[in-house]
Amino acid sequence: MSQSFNPADVRKAIIDQQKAQDRRKMLLNGVLLLLLLAAPFAMYPVFLMKILCFALFAVAFNLLFGFTGLLSFGHAAFLATGGYTTGYLLSNYSGLTTEVGIIAGTLVATALGLAFALLSIRRQGIYFAMVTLALAQLVYFFFVQSEFTGGEDGMHGIPRGHLFGLIDLSKNLNMYYFVLAVFIGCYLLVQRIVSSPYGQVLKAIKQNEPRAVSLGYNVDRYKVLAFVISAALAGLAGSMKSVVFQLASLNDAHWHMSGEVILMTLVGGMGTLLGPVVGATFVVNIEYQLSQGPLRDWVNPILGGIFVLTVLAFRSGIVGEIQKFLRKNLG
Amino acid sequence: MTMTKKLLTSAVASALMVSGAQAAISDNTVKIGYLADMSGTYRDLAGPNGLKALQMAIKDFGGTVNGAKIEVLSADDRNNPDASSSTVRRWVENDKVDMVAGLVASSVTIAVSKILEENDRLGIVSGSAASSITNEHCTPNHIHYVYDTYPLANGTASAVVKEGGKSWYLMTADYAFGHALEADVTRVVEANGGEIVGSVRHPFPTQDFSSFVLQAQASGADVVGLANAGSDTTNAITTASEFGVTQAGQTLAALLLFLTDVHALGVDTAQGIQLTTGWYWDMNDATREWSDRFMKETGVRPTMVHAGIYSSTLHYLNAVAAAGSDDAQTVRKQMMDTPINDMFATNGRIREDGRMVHDMYLAEVKTPAESKNEWDLYKILRTIPADEAYRPLSESKCKLVTN
Amino acid sequence: MTMIFGVPLAVLSGQLLIGFINGAFYALLSLGLAIIFGLLKIINFAHGAMYMLGALLTVVMFNTLGVNYWVALFMAPLLVGVFGVLIEYFLLRRIAGQDHIYSLLLTFGVALIIQGVLTNIYGVSGLRYAMPDMFKGGIKLDFMFLPYYRAWVIVVALLVCFGTWFMIEKTKLGAYLRAGTEDSQLMQGFGINVPLLVSLTYGFGVALAAFAGVLAAPIYSVTPGMGANTLIVVFAVVVIGGMGSIGGAIITGIMMGVIEGLTKTFYPPASSAVIFLVMVVVLMFRPSGLFGKEA
Repeated sequence: MSQSFNPADVRKAIIDQQKAQDRRKMLLNGVLLLLLLAAPFAMYPVFLMKILCFALFAVAFNLLFGFTGLLSFGHAAFLATGGYTTGYLLSNYSGLTTEVGIIAGTLVATALGLAFALLSIRRQGIYFAMVTLALAQLVYFFFVQSEFTGGEDGMHGIPRGHLFGLIDLSKNLNMYYFVLAVFIGCYLLVQRIVSSPYGQVLKAIKQNEPRAVSLGYNVDRYKVLAFVISAALAGLAGSMKSVVFQLASLNDAHWHMSGEVILMTLVGGMGTLLGPVVGATFVVNIEYQLSQGPLRDWVNPILGGIFVLTVLAFRSGIVGEIQKFLRKNLG
Repeated sequence: MTMTKKLLTSAVASALMVSGAQAAISDNTVKIGYLADMSGTYRDLAGPNGLKALQMAIKDFGGTVNGAKIEVLSADDRNNPDASSSTVRRWVENDKVDMVAGLVASSVTIAVSKILEENDRLGIVSGSAASSITNEHCTPNHIHYVYDTYPLANGTASAVVKEGGKSWYLMTADYAFGHALEADVTRVVEANGGEIVGSVRHPFPTQDFSSFVLQAQASGADVVGLANAGSDTTNAITTASEFGVTQAGQTLAALLLFLTDVHALGVDTAQGIQLTTGWYWDMNDATREWSDRFMKETGVRPTMVHAGIYSSTLHYLNAVAAAGSDDAQTVRKQMMDTPINDMFATNGRIREDGRMVHDMYLAEVKTPAESKNEWDLYKILRTIPADEAYRPLSESKCKLVTN
Repeated sequence: MTMIFGVPLAVLSGQLLIGFINGAFYALLSLGLAIIFGLLKIINFAHGAMYMLGALLTVVMFNTLGVNYWVALFMAPLLVGVFGVLIEYFLLRRIAGQDHIYSLLLTFGVALIIQGVLTNIYGVSGLRYAMPDMFKGGIKLDFMFLPYYRAWVIVVALLVCFGTWFMIEKTKLGAYLRAGTEDSQLMQGFGINVPLLVSLTYGFGVALAAFAGVLAAPIYSVTPGMGANTLIVVFAVVVIGGMGSIGGAIITGIMMGVIEGLTKTFYPPASSAVIFLVMVVVLMFRPSGLFGKEA
């Protein structure tokens, strides 16, 4: 090291750089927030809410898959459980305010998540994926059979009601800002989790589970907690979705939905914070655009093509590839 | 908009009100949105060929209505109610769509009908089977045009019981649709002096029916009734034929079977099955003439749903022309006031619950000896008059019906 | 009449036999999946689509070229096998060495493409395929009517299963295969073309699925979507048996057929869920499945 280097100067330079980076990040986040706030005036609010709900679903899934390395093939169960519970409560108990219904839906999905986690957490890799799939199939079976879900007709006419008994959610703008607030809250929560010491342990488990065990961590407890948080957020996404659309249907419980959230996360970039959000936006949009256009008979093969292409060429997803590009060219 | 313009418009509007024409056709365009399953399980029922039928109707009508353009939008419903509600909301709010046609999966139909009611637009349901669509889920904004489970169960079950099929064994698809069908059949069979000696509820979907067929054979019932749909029904019929159910003296009664299903099965396997249909392509000159044209467009014979889409679109456009308006309630009233007698419907009329009732037909699948070509599949045994076929209004739970 | 839990013995025997037949069918389907996973570590979510392709090819070859059932029994698996080799060569090879999950996602995508394209060509109502004349009719047993075709299915499925197991576990070819996929560098050194071996193994695995498809063509409705639901069930069978255990897949397949058959008799609505229930329970006590090696 040359003498002209003063450690204090170096530290200051690093801190300055960090600050500049934080400022850039703040600026970027501010712009994003403004865009999200203004979006319903430029785009159709219900569609934006759909994107936000799926983005939250994918963020939840990514916490487990991208950050902990556990591939759940049964996340549709939580989305559907949240949706059906909230829908059932709001439809049948008119005294409930909307947030109570949503919280209840989230709690039931959380409890289900705990049950799933306890049954599956000790299984490894593909066995874990398959147990979660099997459990989700049992949940699907229950929903098909139950009277209260309306079977394949679905549950319809769920009232949006009033938030805290005050704010009329039947107005799309009010509903949108509510969904946006919940989404941002959850996103920040996941960001906190990932950067916390707990999140570091999760990443360590993902990278090398035996080492995490030998370092004395109770790996199973960490994994169960990650699973439960992920299930809770997925349930919350389902609860909000049922209020937004005023319906809940079996599509949300089907294993194809579990596949779709994998696609969203993968396309956006698993293991990145923003990836699932980008991926959900991309998949929801492309599905919608395709189903309207001249290619409307070809949606499924095109989605299949996206799967294949992503796995072969863009395994880091949109956000991951951009990050790689930036790292290579800017620093 | 400037003040003077606003005043002028309202003046014109009130002048029109006075002159009796309620409102002209909005934007001088009649927009029809066609929403159906284009890629999934129900594709063959309506699907891309249903869109062709709709376009044939517009062409036959002349392409314009009272000088206004007719535009068609179309989308795949993905068999998914949320995706469909996004589509229909945008159609209604941004694209100013006046009428939504097609509508197949019941979950999609019910979701869409709520949006149409909220925005006061019209929907004409041609593909769905659920009779709840004009019962507990009725709205003043949709019409259920082609068929529903009530006449299907009613027609087939009462005919079979009257011919001596007294004891029944039911194979029911284990979800809301199957349960509703099972309840309807049970009621009809018992009302006609028959009895249900056993039933099995199978998961949806099921590929292998051999176990259930064996149970049906062991039950010794005269009739094996299939309260399911689509590939469940065709799989059940194939297996029944393989296990010699009909040779052993039992009758098969399919409660929901489409021309496309029978075509897929072939007369070898499906011969002798009785079913109820709302329409068949080979009934008379008018149906044959239209079906020939349809086949030229699509390469296949039309199902009752395709014919219903054509007929309902023409009926709708005629009503728009007669009322001089595309306002949903005005058109609906006009449609209800006009009886429907065309190549599709005989004695057709739209009731206040939105149910279009018309004559239905009891058909039997031809034997290989009778069938002259791959689409020569049914012989019509009997006409079921419109008033007998559908659920009477006195039993209705629809909020629009005052009993 | 003897009754067991309210079900006549005769009916029960019939159900057991039917369950056994379906089990043999599951075994055949699971076998290919187990080979592909066991030897190549590929989670083949396109297996259902390959089964469908076998059935669809049988029908289409008959309708267009007049190819009969017996020829189809060889032709369809052969064609699907070649298709499989191409998929392995052009797609799966590129992700060799990555996490297994990627092979699942890739093959899932491939299945979506195959099913979607064929749906647009052939529709969803199903294609007609007449039962070959020599299989029409059946044997009247004491307790049930057994169609000749089902008897044929059980015989041929068990033969193919046993033959495959024997080939992989007991012959020299099988030994090369197992060694080649376990330690490819070593085998390469012995002058064995391992990449080719891998392609052929994948092709063989999906050809087995196609073979099951041909067997299914006369008795099930042949539609582009027919493999999608079967896939999940067959996966459950392989997982219960222990991923990669070839003998395990065969035994479990037959066992699950019987269990499903019994459920169809005693509580039919649960018959599609029972396999998943068994899977959850089995994995709770045996984390690597019934016949899998402990991880």
